[in-house]
Amino acid sequence: MAEYEPKIIAFVCNWCTYAGADLTGTSRIHYAPNVRVVRLPCTGRIDFMLILQAFGQGADGVIVSGCHPGDCHYTAGNFHARRRWMLFRRLLDFVGVDMRRVTFSWVSAAEGAKWAELVNSVVADVRKLGPYEEFPQRLGGPGQKPIEVA
Amino acid sequence: MELLRDKAKSLLKSGAVQVVIGYAAGSATDRFRPHFARSADEADRLVFGDGCRQNLAVYLLKPEVRAMGKAAVVGGPTTLRTLLQYAVENQVSDGSAVALALEDGRVEELTSFAAVEEYLAQRPHGLSEEDRAELEQHAGRSREDRWAYWSGELARCIRCYACRAACPLCYCEQCITENNQPQWVPVASDAFGNLEWNVVRAMHLAGRCVNCGSCAAACPQNIRIDLLNQVLAQEAMTQFGAEAGYSVRKEYALSVFKPDDKETFIR
Repeated sequence: MAEYEPKIIAFVCNWCTYAGADLTGTSRIHYAPNVRVVRLPCTGRIDFMLILQAFGQGADGVIVSGCHPGDCHYTAGNFHARRRWMLFRRLLDFVGVDMRRVTFSWVSAAEGAKWAELVNSVVADVRKLGPYEEFPQRLGGPGQKPIEVA
Repeated sequence: MELLRDKAKSLLKSGAVQVVIGYAAGSATDRFRPHFARSADEADRLVFGDGCRQNLAVYLLKPEVRAMGKAAVVGGPTTLRTLLQYAVENQVSDGSAVALALEDGRVEELTSFAAVEEYLAQRPHGLSEEDRAELEQHAGRSREDRWAYWSGELARCIRCYACRAACPLCYCEQCITENNQPQWVPVASDAFGNLEWNVVRAMHLAGRCVNCGSCAAACPQNIRIDLLNQVLAQEAMTQFGAEAGYSVRKEYALSVFKPDDKETFIR
């Protein structure tokens, strides 16, 4: 049987982390191919529900990344996002969601090497944790049998 | 009780308010229902007792109640906090509602936000000892146990949205659960949708919840969803020093930020 490959979804901001991940590629740095990058305008736009949706549709780990504090293209989006994550993390932890599978990070457009390192370490961690089977899946989501209509 | 009725009658008679929102006897001796008193006769049916736990401030924003004119709302500290949180969110303007604060059989008429602030400042803030102990007991268990407890509890949710209807701060005209393009929260009462709905509800109240407990009291499945709100309120207090509903000048925790907010988890 093939080795288990974790599925990681990364929600990144357009201005820093997406450009940073682009730099990783143009710098010819190899990193784990397990990550699916979703580009959003700003970390302030990354609704906490996206994280639940990712897990509900089969992700084993989630990365959320954007500009360093003070570098936001929209001045304050990442400050708002940071506050939201601080509370959201506490809530998810309280209901028993495995917070080792959610990684928050700041990766700037110049940090191509940091992006590769981040993804590699998250993939290694999640590989150890294994598939996130206990998280309920969204009905009719990918990898699921369609809902039968009588 | 007589004090409350007399107060309501004098307010209605003088024309200071057009409706007094209080409690009347319900379908059993220990049950109460909301009562909208618009005349002296109707004011005579006002009662107050231990079972009067619903936060009546929820009615202040309803269009049909607003159409009745200026309202006085009966309640305890959490109802007053709701009023101030409404003010922070520009839902109620100063002087447009009167609060009748009940405590140990006494009634205090509070006509301005400043009076409500002063009244609350003299009362204890934050979670009660029992609430705090209960939260600690939940948080102190292992992650596996917490997940087993909450996934079991939320699996019982029938998605009736009684918590949303009872909550004075869930007043969006269109809730995210009603959106179907995209459908954020699945309609069916399944494990994923239930988890998502309850997490979303708590997060949308983060830093705004005044801990009145109406959500859990309204839950027909007796799920302790108020714990989710309490844990967020406590976190907002420890992280940002933010408490909802004590001042009309303070923005709530998630609408503002400090450039030097301290966290330890962002890599």
